[in-house]
Amino acid sequence: MADIRTTIAGLQMVNPVMTASGTFGYGLEFADLVDLSQIGGIIMKGTTLHPREGNDYPRMAETASGMLNCVGLQNKGVDYFCEHIYPQVKDIPTNMIVNVSGSSPEDYAECAARINELEQIPAIELNISCPNVRQGGMAFGVTTEGASQVVRAVRKVYDKTLIVKLSPNVTSIADIARSVEDAGADAVSLINTLMGMAIDIERRRPRLSINTGGLSGPAVKPVAVRCVWQVAKAVQIPVIGLGGIMTAEDAIEFFMAGASAIEIGTGNFIDPAISVKVAQGISDWLDRHGCKTLEAIRGVI
Amino acid sequence: MGNMKQCKDLRIVAVEHPNDGYVLLKLTDAEPLPAIRAGQFVEIKVEGSPQTFLRRPISVNFVDEERNELWLLIQVVGEGTRHLSRLQVGDTLNVLFPLGNGFTQGVSGEQVLLVGGGVGIAPLLEYAKQLRQVGATPYLLLGGRSASNLLQLDLFRQYGEVYVTTEDGSMGEQGFVTNHSVLESFASSPLGGTRGGARISCCGPKPMMMAVARWAKQHGVRCEVSLENLMACGLGACLCCVEKTVRGNVCVCKEGPVFDINELTWQI
Repeated sequence: MADIRTTIAGLQMVNPVMTASGTFGYGLEFADLVDLSQIGGIIMKGTTLHPREGNDYPRMAETASGMLNCVGLQNKGVDYFCEHIYPQVKDIPTNMIVNVSGSSPEDYAECAARINELEQIPAIELNISCPNVRQGGMAFGVTTEGASQVVRAVRKVYDKTLIVKLSPNVTSIADIARSVEDAGADAVSLINTLMGMAIDIERRRPRLSINTGGLSGPAVKPVAVRCVWQVAKAVQIPVIGLGGIMTAEDAIEFFMAGASAIEIGTGNFIDPAISVKVAQGISDWLDRHGCKTLEAIRGVI
Repeated sequence: MGNMKQCKDLRIVAVEHPNDGYVLLKLTDAEPLPAIRAGQFVEIKVEGSPQTFLRRPISVNFVDEERNELWLLIQVVGEGTRHLSRLQVGDTLNVLFPLGNGFTQGVSGEQVLLVGGGVGIAPLLEYAKQLRQVGATPYLLLGGRSASNLLQLDLFRQYGEVYVTTEDGSMGEQGFVTNHSVLESFASSPLGGTRGGARISCCGPKPMMMAVARWAKQHGVRCEVSLENLMACGLGACLCCVEKTVRGNVCVCKEGPVFDINELTWQI
């Protein structure tokens, strides 16, 4: 049997499959439906320094092979997370990772510093790529200066594994990836959602409350594979690939493009146990093709 | 087992087409179905179309404990529901359930007026049954555009008195549920009971539920409504289906779909 245990910048995982932020809650919501210990890592809902109510309803529109969302980082803030959620999730037997967002480098750093004190949170994923909030998020992720500014500020106060999640809504994602690597990121994850829009033609209105939203699901997979391929060639740090993965075969594409691990997002809505099934499928695929580890196929393209 | 959520293939044992606009699917499983509270819902995977990528939330119409059957009454409105209407006996359906909070559990002796509109009538059948089981008395006020929208009336009559309105006057009193004469008598002297024990549970199109909520508020009657916001995960993870409440934005799929009208911020 192939050995698919994976280590990303010091983070040891039973397999290379993680669940993407905003699609798996805090893991607890899925506990009835999937064995959480069989997931490589759970990246929890985006957390900000202060509570956020998020955007108005409607926040979601189904599209061909995907969906748009404009949730807008609804969360109760880092203090609430530390006091009320952390005690419930700290003993879940997998890597429990916090996705951190903010509207200024100082916000990001303060939030990250709080999470740094939580013993059983081994890593954070820095979200510099949310397309759904006016301030912060993607504003930092679309320029090399903004991206490295945030990463430098967080790196000063955060000493565990620092993953930076990148936006595809840029001219050169490889340039952004290089800038966050230089600023001290331990790994990058990509892609966040692609900015999109859908219109209800009978009502002559946008389907989403803030007009635009982030597109996810199988519709974005080719864009994601291309981004992973470009970034993997541009940086030395590990690349975590995500975007529309529904099957082990989809995941294999990302590994061949250069990913060291993958995240599953929207797929969790279709099958709550998809992450464990994809992990098993990766192992089976490697066996069928006579590969002992993922290294045999990683970055072969 | 209790009320643990499951995601599994259920087998279709009956497909009924009450008329062109609806399909009634009866599902079963080799194992006993989990306990389901009236007003809870399921999320169904619709195979075979890129346009129907997400699961479809459908309310539980009825649970036949003896036959171990779960019934889903579905109005055919779009591509996903059209696909569901073509399923046949022996096919399987992947179902994530039971989801949501459900209606207030009944207590012996109370009077509950169940108000339903359109396909929102569906979950009230199971609720009427569960109210009867605990010794409560359900009354049913059901409204539709036309007689063809009012299904399962014989089944409803097993559990309580049924009052009907149609917009075209093809059955019952003409007009909306809020125009029905039974409401006035409910307000002045609750049906066969004491005023304090009477309450309303409502499921239907939002304008109808707002009208019922307004009526209930004006008459000082407790009222809960079942919302059907657009949703994705059904588990409280994606935060897409939120409703504004006095506690802030909450997920309809997890903290609802049933809310007391005093929790909502509706302008009524």
